[in-house]
Parts: sequence; structure tokens; C-alpha cells
Amino acid sequence: MRAAIVPSRQQQPERLRQSGLAERVFRIRESGILVVLVVFVAVTTGVQHRFLDVSNIQFVLVDTASFALLALGETMVVISRNVDLSVGSVVGLSAYLSASLFASHPGLPIPVVFLAGLGIGLACGIANGIMVAAGRVPSLVVTLATLYIIRGIDILVVGGNEVDANQLPNAFLDIPKDTVGGIPDIAIAVAVIIAAGAYYLRTYRSGRDLYAIGSNPDAARLAGLPVGRRVFTAFAVSGAIAGVAGVLWSAQYGTINSTAGTGYELQVVSAVVVGGVAIFGGSGSVTGAAIGALLLTTISSALYVLGISSFWDQAIWGLLLLVAIALDQTLTERLTSALRKRRTRHE
Amino acid sequence: MEVAGNEPPAQPEAAGAAPVLELRHAAKSFGAVRALIDGSVDLRAGEVHALLGENGAGKSTLVKILAGVHQPDSGTLKVNGADVTLPGPAAAKAAGIAVIYQEPTLFPDLTVAENMFVGRQPHRSASWIKGGRRIDRRAMLREAAAVFKRLGVPLDPARIARGLSIADQQVVEIGKALSLDARVIVMDEPTAALSAAEVERLFEVIRTLKSQGAAVLFISHRLEEVFAICQTVTVMRDGSHVLTSDLAGLTANDLVRAMVGRELAERPPHAAAVTTGEPVLIVERLTREGVFTDISLTVRSGEIVALAGLVGSGRSEVARAVFGIDRYDAGQVAVNGKQLKKASPTSAMAAGIGFVPEDRRQQGLVMDMSVQQNVALASLHDLEKGGLIRASAERAMASDWAARLKIKYGRLTDPVSMLSGGNQQKVVLAKWLGRKPSLLIVDEPTRGIDVGTKAEVHNLLAELAGSGVGILMISSELPEVLGVSDRILVMREGTLVAEFSHAVASEEAVMSAAMGQHDPVSEAVKHDERNDTQNGASR
Repeated sequence: MRAAIVPSRQQQPERLRQSGLAERVFRIRESGILVVLVVFVAVTTGVQHRFLDVSNIQFVLVDTASFALLALGETMVVISRNVDLSVGSVVGLSAYLSASLFASHPGLPIPVVFLAGLGIGLACGIANGIMVAAGRVPSLVVTLATLYIIRGIDILVVGGNEVDANQLPNAFLDIPKDTVGGIPDIAIAVAVIIAAGAYYLRTYRSGRDLYAIGSNPDAARLAGLPVGRRVFTAFAVSGAIAGVAGVLWSAQYGTINSTAGTGYELQVVSAVVVGGVAIFGGSGSVTGAAIGALLLTTISSALYVLGISSFWDQAIWGLLLLVAIALDQTLTERLTSALRKRRTRHE
Repeated sequence: MEVAGNEPPAQPEAAGAAPVLELRHAAKSFGAVRALIDGSVDLRAGEVHALLGENGAGKSTLVKILAGVHQPDSGTLKVNGADVTLPGPAAAKAAGIAVIYQEPTLFPDLTVAENMFVGRQPHRSASWIKGGRRIDRRAMLREAAAVFKRLGVPLDPARIARGLSIADQQVVEIGKALSLDARVIVMDEPTAALSAAEVERLFEVIRTLKSQGAAVLFISHRLEEVFAICQTVTVMRDGSHVLTSDLAGLTANDLVRAMVGRELAERPPHAAAVTTGEPVLIVERLTREGVFTDISLTVRSGEIVALAGLVGSGRSEVARAVFGIDRYDAGQVAVNGKQLKKASPTSAMAAGIGFVPEDRRQQGLVMDMSVQQNVALASLHDLEKGGLIRASAERAMASDWAARLKIKYGRLTDPVSMLSGGNQQKVVLAKWLGRKPSLLIVDEPTRGIDVGTKAEVHNLLAELAGSGVGILMISSELPEVLGVSDRILVMREGTLVAEFSHAVASEEAVMSAAMGQHDPVSEAVKHDERNDTQNGASR
């Protein structure tokens, strides 16, 4: 027999340090963008005090609300090593259909219209989910196709028409404007939904399964996880959320034609990635994605307030994306080598 | 070589208890390939049972049947005396069977505890959503820690799995099996990637499992490990059960003979009396850390040298390093006296090396391209004029080689994927022969090829050698190694351990060397060996 290596291998204090390390790195991912956000706000405010006006903050929060909501659905999909590129088109379709519902049935209760939007989005999400989970087609291809198909349906339905604000009930148009103690209602509602989503992904088996699937899909199958069902659900939820976001869109903008939500999907994916969700799945959080959405919206608003061309808007978004991905890569490598070193045995 | 009859496992007299798991006459085919013809194994509580066999004997298929990954075409499986079918991995789990693979399949982003409990995390009793499964993290960590304590392994359940060594990953898998209350634990070559100390620690864990009444199926190519940890053994050969017995009373040679077992009289034809010339390839002290160490070998013009050894012994890796696909840390490669640049296939090709890789579909061919494009792929430089590839020259070259190698095809413009495996392999050969190499490396040249074409490929290699090409052949098929080559080098765990000439090599001797058995015959042969190369066996 060789020397007994077993008992002396690892001592208690080291164990504590280890878990501390892993946790710290994960916190860094979210707090990192929070720091960027704070610095950005501070610098902008220094140059232009108007930036921290209540009305501007409200404006940013309202803009962030539906964006962050979409990021929630997208995060669930991305964590499972998939991507949903159809959300922009779903937003557009749901926005127009829900608005025209008001136009044709003026007395309709607002919740019914939200439910209708949710249903439209859910149907789109289910279609995506079936093709990805049952058809085993890569989600990039499936949702790229449905991006065009759903947009095509939208254009067919809308034609040259548009719904404008005076066809919509005032109560509906007021949704983005209503505030509680100065904070927009929908920002509160979305924050609650996101908190619930974060809690769900952290503490429920089906939520954790999404992380497992994204972390190692083959292992997930071998472990007997219902991979297809979970991925399907993620797409259905993402679709349903996009449907709701579409209704919010029509309340926010009032005027809806066939271009509503065009290109939105890439902004949502950007927010998710900037928010620290690994693009190849397995790690990241809804909270991070929501902060990502807030950061991107803040940047747009700051540039506007500072009177800088909106060209810079897109350039900075792109830059942030690169930084986020580079950071993600570096952090993962650092973490891996750090964890590996901790386990090196002295034999 | 009849060590035992072809009977299904008899009750070894030592264990009186009924088996926990009984697999009888399991068969499984994949298309035309019969991976498992008659797989039988009995596992008993508190017993470590070895499963032995050459590469391709059907062990992995048997394991995957027990894991619920493959469903057998026929045969019965009993767990605790009751018939069961395993439609999927979840069913195997439910039946109390846990499988630990050589490369564990963990979730790198999840914690160790979560890896153990994935899909069945403990949840809090008071749940406000009906059927809601809120995970009780603390309970999960507690249970994981308890399991590791039981195993005597202090692993932190709260750390994420990324960065764990293979040995620790296996411990996590074993912990998972324990926490599942698995009665049957299957370990598919768990020691292949472990250091000696890690193996010993794994053995401690296995002994613990055994004392706690688990039935363990242990697969390994290292016979000394089998003798160290197992009580009973089942040997498989060519997809069928050959022998089940208590290990006590058996010797390593008995086991090797049972594994090799086929009629040794027949050998593929060997082009006798080849005149070997100057060395075309000289490899000196080639080392890639953790993969292979201190490999020195010489291939002469007109000589076929086989590199034998088990899968994972580093054979293919040496070949890839010689051809410049993989980097190496130390040593030199020279072709026709000219030293090659490290890690550059371009320089290897320019020096006159051709490389027929192991995986024809992924590495040897571009499956969607036509037969003629594939043949021409390595010779495009000769076929172009003013930067454009002349289709006529490409066609002429392809049809010439197709005729010389008797490739069967419809049209030269058909995608190469339409050809049979044997003809595809000939296309790969044609691709390299078109460059008139002075050294050809062939990795598993006849894998997945029917018998007739196999013989053609063998003859072709002999012919090539006859025309002065040096050939370095890697093969897992012992008859091929023995039949085709002039000289056989055996690798084991990244080092060259033995060398045999064609005249004295035998399947048992090569197999023993590959498995690290000190076989008196091979020892003798080694000392006997011609001294024309400096690549002596270092053990």
C-alpha cells in the first residue's frame, strides 16, 4: 500500500477560502456592471446636471422596464445554451394586435388585452420551443427563421396601416406614466417579476435544470433531466414575456406600425451578455441581465442628454459587448486556474 | 486457448448470495455492426467484479446497456431477482445502477453538491406552490458533506465543479451514486486518467463501497489493478462472454490468453524479404508532457513499423506530433535527415510525410466534396496554373489513382460520402500517394472496413513498402499488427515498452507488453532484438 493520502489532503480553513473565492467571482460579475453604471451616471451628471432630474430618471426606468422584462425571458433561454432571436418580431406583432384590439373593441378591459398579448407571444414561443426541443434544430437557426416569419406575418396583418394614440384608451396610455412615490408603476411591476424570476431560477429544480443543461447538455441527458421539456418551457416563457412586452410597447409609444420592435432582439441579447450571462449557457443571473438592460438604456439616455450623436450609442453598446465577453472569458479562465491550484495535492 | 467454456457465468462457489444484478445473453447491433453478441455478467453485493476484454470486445456497449443509454436487442436483465428493462438513464438510476465513466460528465458551472443532486435536489417540505420544488440548499450541502465523509474524502461541496481533477470528478460521481443509494456501481476504466496515488485513493473508496455492500463492476486494462481490487472476473472477446471465474487461482497470463483467444495460426500475408534502406524517419526523445515521454524510433525506407498498444497509450498522439498537428515539449523529428519544424503539418508535408488519420470522416476527408477533389486536396500546388486549379489535371490525377488503387465509385464528381468505408479509405490513401511521400503514417488504416477491402489495403501497404516508402502504422488489431509489419513497437502509458521483430512477435507477447505484464517470453525477445535501432525498450 502506498502512503495514506486521504485524511491529510485538505484542511478546514482552505475549504472556506475556496467557497469564498467562487462566490466572490460570481458577485464580481454582477457588481462589475453595477460599478460601470454608477461611474457612468456620476460622470454624466458631472457634465450635465439635468441627467439626474426626476423626469429623466423616470424616463430611463420606463424604457428599461420592458427591456429588462425581455432580458428575463432571454436569460432563461441563453442559460440553457440557446438563443431566442425572435423576440423583436414577437414584440412587434403583439404590439400591433393588442393595439388594434383596442381600436376595434374600445371598451375592452386592459387586463384582457395583456392576456391577449401574452397568448400571442406564448404561441410564438411554443412554436420556437417545439422546433428546438422536439425537432432538435439549433435555436439560432429556428429563431432566426421565426424572426423573419413572425415579422412577415406582422407586415401581412398590418399592411400600410398603423394604430395611433387617439385610438387607444387613455387609461392604457397612462400605464407608463403612472407612478407610486415617483417610481413608475411598470418599473415596480417589472422589478417584482424579475425578482420572482431570479428566485425561481435559483431555488426551483426546473430552474436549476436550465443551468445544468446549459453547462453540459450531454451530462444533462445522462443525468436523466427532461432536457427537451425544460428548453421548450424556456422558449415558451420567453415568447410569452415578449408578448407582454409588446403590449407595454404599444402603451408606451401609442403609434404602432409594422416596424415596431425591429432589431430589438439584438439589444436584448446584448443586455443579457453585458449583464454577465455566459453566451454559451450555464451561468449568469436574471438580476445581472436586468442591470445590463438598465446600463444600456442609461447610456442611450446619457448620450441624448449630453447631445452626442446617437451613432456613438451603438458604437458604445458594441464596445461594452466586447468588454463583457472578454471579461467573461478572463474571469472563467482565472477562476478555473485558481480552483485548480487550490486542489493541487502534495504527494 | 480454452481457459473456460462458453457457458454463461456459473455461480462462483465463494459467493453464496443471489446476484444483485444479472445480465444474460444481451445483444446489441448498430446497423450492420454487432457490437455485443452475447454479453452476460453477474454482480453480487460486497464484491468487486472485473470486466476484461480487448478494445472492441463489447465492454463499453455492455456498460451502456447497464446505464440505460443503449437498449439491448435481446437478452434479459434482472436486478434483485426481478426482470427490469431500462429505457433510459433515469430508469437505470431508479433501478439502483450508477455508472462512472472514464471521463466523468459533470456540470462545470454548478457546485459539487448540486452536481450530485441534480434533478433530485432535496426540497423544502412546506411549499406554497403545489408541486413546487424549492431546493433546500442547506440540506443539499449537508447531505453532500455527509456522503464525502462516508467516503473518507474531504471535498468541499460548495465549490463549483470547474477545475476539479479527473480523480475528484470521479469522487463526485461516486458520491452521487452513494447518495442515490445505488446498489450497483459500474466503473468504466476509472483509472485510465489517474496517477498512481489517485488510483490508490480510488481503491480506498472502492473498498469502502464494497464493505458497505455495494456490487461494483470494475473495468480496467491494467491487470495489476484487477488483481489488487477485484474478487471475480468476466472476460469478453469479440462481443461475447468468454469466461467468468473467481480471480483467485488465475494468473495474468490466463487472463491475457482468454482476452486474445482467437486462432493464432492465421496471419495476414506478409510481404517477405523486404530490403530496408536508409532511415526515412528518425524520432529522438520526443516528449509531450502528460501524454508521451521520451519516444525514440526509426522507420527505414521500405519498412513497415507498427505502433501497437491500447487505446489511450499515446500511439496516435505520437503520430500527430510527428506530423506536426500537435506540439511537443522536447525531442526532435527528422525526415530524410532533415529536422522538422515543430507543430507544422506544412513542413511535415514538404519533407515528404503523408498522414492517414484515424478518423476518416472527420479528419481524412471532406465528406461533401467530390472524389476527385478529395484525391487532389493534398496536391493542389502541383495542379494549379496561375493560381487556378485545372479541373482537367485534377480529374486526370484522380482517375489515375482510382484505377491504381481499384477504387469503386460512380463518378469522380460524386461526393466522397457516397463511397463505402473501404473505398473512402482508399481515397485518403490516394490523396497522400499523389504526393509521392517518403514516409506514410497510417492510423487505424482498416477500421470499419470490410474484410475484402482490408486485405487490399494490407497488400497496398506492402506494395508501397516494396517501392521504398517507409510506413508507420498504428493499429489496435493485433492480427493486422502482426501480419503487416516488419517491426512492432509497443506503447504503454505514453512510453515505448517493447519491440518485436515480425519473426518473433505473438499476440500474447504484444498484448502482455501493452498491458504491462512482465511476460517472460517478451522479455526474452526484447534482449534478442536486432540492434539496428537505438529505440530500445525502456521499462
